[in-house]
Amino acid sequence: MAQSIVPQRIYWLVFITLLLLTLVTVDVAFYDLGWLNIYLALAIATTKAVLVVLYFMHLKYSSRLIWGFVGAALFWFLLLVGLTAADIFTRDWVPEPSGWTSSAGGP
Amino acid sequence: MWAEVSSASSARSPLAQHFDDLEQQFEASTLGMWVFLITEVMFFGGLFASYALYRSLYPEGFAVASRRLDYLLGAFNTAVLICSSLTMALAVRSAQLGQGRALRLFLGLTMALGLVFLGVKVVEYSHKFHEHLVPGPSFRFEGPEARAAELFFSFYFAMTGLHALHMVVGIGVLAVLWILAWRGRFSPQYYTPVEVAGLYWHFVDIVWIYLFPLLYLISRA
Repeated sequence: MAQSIVPQRIYWLVFITLLLLTLVTVDVAFYDLGWLNIYLALAIATTKAVLVVLYFMHLKYSSRLIWGFVGAALFWFLLLVGLTAADIFTRDWVPEPSGWTSSAGGP
Repeated sequence: MWAEVSSASSARSPLAQHFDDLEQQFEASTLGMWVFLITEVMFFGGLFASYALYRSLYPEGFAVASRRLDYLLGAFNTAVLICSSLTMALAVRSAQLGQGRALRLFLGLTMALGLVFLGVKVVEYSHKFHEHLVPGPSFRFEGPEARAAELFFSFYFAMTGLHALHMVVGIGVLAVLWILAWRGRFSPQYYTPVEVAGLYWHFVDIVWIYLFPLLYLISRA
């Protein structure tokens, strides 16, 4: 079959990196870095996810068609999160007209 | 025409008649699995998006509630799932090389690690029940953040529960694959089901890679 066989060494390297990154993500959670904590946690998780997708799920060795589909998943997910956030976090940008009472709770 | 088709199917050729060759069939199957995984991204994505929203609305409540989770058990389970992803990748590799014994061994190990994960989950869930942290009439939480904490635990049970359900399905799929492998249905020319199940299993691993820091590790400092 056309699919290439990934050398065992690469799987083990990815595996060890994933375990090390798990240790790092636990460790950094115990430092108070303010707003940075959540972004650091997400960055580490995303690095791990990219490693899994590229090597364990063979994306690195897959056709451009599959890359396109993975890109579509990412795009729609960012759309989902982005538009939700754009709605919620801009609600109090516009002042409430006088005499109105708010029924929806903003942030 | 008819005779050709039936003779091909009676010989148990893995090639379905509507494909030109095994390679095209493999491409179509993996692409189909990726499409399914995209729908899964949307499925879990809705939960992740609403989690992000409510966590930003109630940061203190989510933080105090998160500290009631045992992060060591969560970290242990993360390691277990990463190990299972390695054994799954090695199972696919054994199938590619036509190593039947190794394939069955790695499929078995992957299932065993999946069961370990679910076992730890059972322990965690039962602790939550005993500590009255399950949202509902018996939910009890001290302090001003009780309502937000209940919201956090709703997310916790919905997201980890849905994830655990995916694990159960994955273990079932692997069990079927193990039987097929035992019957010698796979070869270096045809191992598509193993590859496709691998894609699913790794995806479920990725979901947990995000769930672990988001649920267990909110402001531990």
